[in-house]
Amino acid sequence: MSSMVDTLSPPRDPSLDHLEHHVFRSRKTGVPRLGTYLPELWERREFVVELARCTLRAQNYTNVFGQLWLVLNPLLMGCVYFVLVDIINNSKHAPNYFAVLLAGLFLYTFFSSMLTQSAGSIIGASRLVLNSRLPRLVMPITQMVIAFFRFLPSLIVLFVVHELQHVAWGVADFYAIPAFIEVAMFGAGLGFICATCQVYFRDFSNFLPFVTRIWMFLSPVLWELQTVLSKHDLKSHIIPLNPLSPMIGAWGDALVYNVAPPYSWLLQGLAWGLGALVVGTLVFVRREREFSVRL
Amino acid sequence: MSSVSVSDSVETPVTSDPAAEPDDSAPATASATVGTERTPTEAELDRNMAIRVKDVSVDYRTIVNPRANTLRHTITNLGRKSNDRKVRYIHAVRGVSFEVPHGQVLGIIGANGAGKSTMMRAMAGILPPSSGEIVVNGRISVLLALGVGFNGQLSGRDNVILGSMAAGLTRAQVMDRFDQIVQWAELEDVIDLPMKAYSSGMYGRLAFAVSTHLDPDVLLVDEALSTGDAHFRRKSYEKMQEIVGQARTIVIVSHGIGAIKEMCDTVIWMHKGEVVKQGDPDEVAAEYLEFQGVPQVSKTDDEALVDDDDQSQMDDSMQMEDF
Repeated sequence: MSSMVDTLSPPRDPSLDHLEHHVFRSRKTGVPRLGTYLPELWERREFVVELARCTLRAQNYTNVFGQLWLVLNPLLMGCVYFVLVDIINNSKHAPNYFAVLLAGLFLYTFFSSMLTQSAGSIIGASRLVLNSRLPRLVMPITQMVIAFFRFLPSLIVLFVVHELQHVAWGVADFYAIPAFIEVAMFGAGLGFICATCQVYFRDFSNFLPFVTRIWMFLSPVLWELQTVLSKHDLKSHIIPLNPLSPMIGAWGDALVYNVAPPYSWLLQGLAWGLGALVVGTLVFVRREREFSVRL
Repeated sequence: MSSVSVSDSVETPVTSDPAAEPDDSAPATASATVGTERTPTEAELDRNMAIRVKDVSVDYRTIVNPRANTLRHTITNLGRKSNDRKVRYIHAVRGVSFEVPHGQVLGIIGANGAGKSTMMRAMAGILPPSSGEIVVNGRISVLLALGVGFNGQLSGRDNVILGSMAAGLTRAQVMDRFDQIVQWAELEDVIDLPMKAYSSGMYGRLAFAVSTHLDPDVLLVDEALSTGDAHFRRKSYEKMQEIVGQARTIVIVSHGIGAIKEMCDTVIWMHKGEVVKQGDPDEVAAEYLEFQGVPQVSKTDDEALVDDDDQSQMDDSMQMEDF
């Protein structure tokens, strides 16, 4: 047998030891060895960014406004909710309310589009799933990167509105960064679960918009966390149970009021974010080998 | 469902396999712990063959009623034993075994629904086998469908980058090969046009160029030789020959018996998920053609008849989706 290797070993590669070695066995579910899976996923980071950029570009190729929609979209959405809240509240709101609203709204939109987009990521990329050897986590992660790319231009809108409403800037604004990362982790974890669910229940994505809509009303987006918590009624005890409350609350405090949010909020958010990310990743990778059979 | 439960990873890199890991200084074959010169052990074979397929079966699981796949159906039929939920297994590949040494070209032929495409996907690690084991040594590149990862809205340039990166290249590696790919496809003039403006032949050329410029150790090609005009078919064929010349391992699935005969060292004829014959290309191809030429196929096994119908549908639908 050794002679066979000698004679047939390719000239460009004298030793076969350097070849990748793959073993495919009969196992549909089960967590793969993360020590090899995660580095493999990390190697695909360039592809994820490229795919996200190209998808985004292709989406607005034929529009009149093109990439301008990335800024128009959040701005128009902010106006819609501003009118809504304005009517409900009989025009009674703080002068900086538009800035408050947009901050929460943009972050929540990022979160909810992470969920809805990753829900369709596996089904939508069935050609890629059936014909390529990518780690399947690439698909939902790409959708999350797209959601992030959409979120970035809304920061411009936020900045302009802040300037127009003379909202002060300061060091405490940096607390928005950990709050954002927590939301991203939490959304990623749930997104992985959504992507998995969608493979098994095809009408999952029909339910999802309603879930995210209700979740928004339960989160400090249209209202402010601090004002509700200070009321000491039943609602003030239930609201903190919403995992998004501390994260979005901290985000709003830091960005709009330029004050450091309570550390307990950030810690709670971190716990939820990490927990969701770990659970979501495990749920997804445990199932991902079965996706190609289920498509 | 799965007869073998394995706890290690789906893909084991060389370094994480302590049993078969030789010392850096010693060649793989000499360092076998047994140390005797006799028939190679399983582990040695796993190392020395490019591809080893060991008694592999692949089943597809379909639900009889497609609507039963929804959450609504699950909830409304909760606790009820409904016939809709009945799962049917389609045995696309049943107990197939073969080996491909490094640098060899294997052809797989067979009628529709023979399990050829499924076998390819299993070798690529896309479909998990239901039983058995597949060992592949080398970087796998697949050409199972044309233009995977391509987006018709984007330019050819973007798609070359995207398609190559989908296949596992880094951006720098793509840039190195970019000109070569475009030149080979002879699309220099239109590379910046959106891909949807391409003819299907141009599309196929670019897709083929991307897949064959990946520097694979093991290339799995499914029915891709039949793209383009005569000129490009010839060129694709020559490109394949070139890859073969570099002692790379290739598995080709094709209905083009002529190309198979010309290119392959060994041919496997599959039918209904099983290997009918394996061996010399001319011999196997001749027997296959003779078999295909006879319209009356004796089907004694009723079960197999039903299954075969399902498989053909399955295979056809998959191909429709692919192209």
